[in-house]
Amino acid sequence: MATREVISTGNELSAIAAVDAGCMFFGGYPLTPSSEVMHVISDLLPKKGGVAIQMEDEIAGICCVIGAAMSGKRALTATSGPGMSLKAENLGLAQMAEVPLVCVNVMRGGPSTGLPTRVSQGDVLQSKNPSHGDYKSITLCAGSLAECYTETIRAFNIADRFMQPVIVLLDETLGHMHGKAEIPTLEDVEAGIVPRKRFDGPADEYFPYQCEYDEPAVLNPMFEGYRYHFTGLHHDKNGFPTEEIETCRKLIQRLEDKVELHKDEIESYEEFMMDDADVMIVAYGSVSLAAKEAIRHLRADGIRAGLFRPITIWPSPAEKIKEHTDRIKKVLVVELNIGQFHSEVQRAAARLDIDGLFKVNGRPISPYEIVNKVKEL
Amino acid sequence: MAFNYEKYLRLEKMPTLWCWGCGDGVILKAFVRAVEKMGWKQDDVCVVSGIGCSGRFSSYIDFNTVHTTHGRTVAYATGIKLANPDKHVVCVAGDGDALAIGGNHTIHGCRRNIDITMIIINNFIYGLTNSQTSPTTPRGMWTVTQKVGNIDPTFNTCNLAIAAGASFVARETMIEPKKLEKMLVKAFEHKGFSMAEVLSNCHINLGRKNQMKNAMENLDWIRSITTPKKKYDAMSEEERLNLLPTGILHQDTEADEYCEMYAEIQKIHQGQRKKITRDDFEKKI
Repeated sequence: MATREVISTGNELSAIAAVDAGCMFFGGYPLTPSSEVMHVISDLLPKKGGVAIQMEDEIAGICCVIGAAMSGKRALTATSGPGMSLKAENLGLAQMAEVPLVCVNVMRGGPSTGLPTRVSQGDVLQSKNPSHGDYKSITLCAGSLAECYTETIRAFNIADRFMQPVIVLLDETLGHMHGKAEIPTLEDVEAGIVPRKRFDGPADEYFPYQCEYDEPAVLNPMFEGYRYHFTGLHHDKNGFPTEEIETCRKLIQRLEDKVELHKDEIESYEEFMMDDADVMIVAYGSVSLAAKEAIRHLRADGIRAGLFRPITIWPSPAEKIKEHTDRIKKVLVVELNIGQFHSEVQRAAARLDIDGLFKVNGRPISPYEIVNKVKEL
Repeated sequence: MAFNYEKYLRLEKMPTLWCWGCGDGVILKAFVRAVEKMGWKQDDVCVVSGIGCSGRFSSYIDFNTVHTTHGRTVAYATGIKLANPDKHVVCVAGDGDALAIGGNHTIHGCRRNIDITMIIINNFIYGLTNSQTSPTTPRGMWTVTQKVGNIDPTFNTCNLAIAAGASFVARETMIEPKKLEKMLVKAFEHKGFSMAEVLSNCHINLGRKNQMKNAMENLDWIRSITTPKKKYDAMSEEERLNLLPTGILHQDTEADEYCEMYAEIQKIHQGQRKKITRDDFEKKI
């Protein structure tokens, strides 16, 4: 794949990626440390004939994005933890009505207002189930500047494939990091765009929500002669509210299965020096950069450490984690929260002796902290 | 020739979930008649509703329809309209939907003056969920959450919309469907944010506990609290105290419409015109 070199920040790269992926609508509310996504895209979209609007609150931000997406456009919103909390209910509607969109969450310290300008990974569990009810959330987690770009692109394609919101997790360190990144050329990105499916037959034979048990709805754009109904209620094949027992069961089961049974299409992780590793470090986001540095130091000291980095964090690459944890005794999860992904690694590994290095004071974890922790294991 | 309602209704969804004697059906009829008068193609119209009895409005009519979360109609509609500025977007919301949980979106829709028609069906109560107090429930009335009498002051929907910047504000009741239809046509014709408040009855969940046992008594009460704008304007402050004027209360055809303004932003970024400055606006603050 051909690449180009850019000097940019994580937030800016995420905005550029959205536009390159064909996004035509942005709606949001300024929220530190994600605001630069809106700053950048508010110049880029109108240039392309698209729209970027600053709404009156976080809720309106996600709602107008869902509206634009329902009408057929690729659409983006960006926020941080407090905004995710406010957007949660409407993310649920997008899950239920199967509306594809991308939501970038640049994580800051929480809970509540927390540490607005400092780094955290405290929204990992929230991104698994932001809204009430049963559905399968898809969350991608960028681990480098380049991935702020590539994962945002991938998020748009996954959203249209599975017809649901996709969350892209950045963290404050990555969002504000400024540096060189090697990203795919625009031609390659455009060639890789997979638009959402559409139905081209006669309107009276169109049933947007009538699909196989493991497939997403096929939602044609509005205003093109296929009139149907969107609702957050349990609904039938045309989108109309129903309480029919079997229809309700099948709908919610399908929301789960359309992702669960096609996890292989979404799964993404990086293995760094894992081949001969007898210490496995699990880290993601900006922390993985410190982990890689630590591994180089550990190897220089004769300790064979390796990194497993989930990129698609939900659904988690549980089988792959188990493959490693079955073989490697010493496993350390390093994250900027108190064990949010650690519990997932424990679950995947079916082991309670997974170690953790956690930090929740708004400061990044240094490579030396990881080196020292590994030496204690 | 008789009006062809079947063209616009999703008959397979009938009967509606609304109670017998509910005003929502009258408003639904007036709505489709107004659309027909406008000559709008069904494919070009999107109707966005929220939660409550009014939320079901969108499912009974054959347009592109969206049943959103509670209170968020204007926010959803803003996205749909901005992404498709040449299409017609209409919101239908109740008093609780538009003025309580969705109050923020309502006033900001007004402020932006985006070309959306917002119909607020005001029945003075949370009807669907058994009589909780709404921001328009008159003081002193019984509600299930204030059984000894409601103490909460009320919103005046139209005054709120005017103050917030809506360029078309009107009020009618469902008692006179012809007037209602006419108001909706005017609201649809208007370029900018049009707020159309429709006073309606809920004799089941407002009336029964407030000495209005049936629909007629509820409607009589609505009649007693409304008066045409012309009469209202001629009244003293004292006479106006417990009255709501009906008719077109405010219209500004010169106000900048948001989608048109945004098109200018696009032109600037595409190098087709110079940047916007304070001199471009007569009203700056």
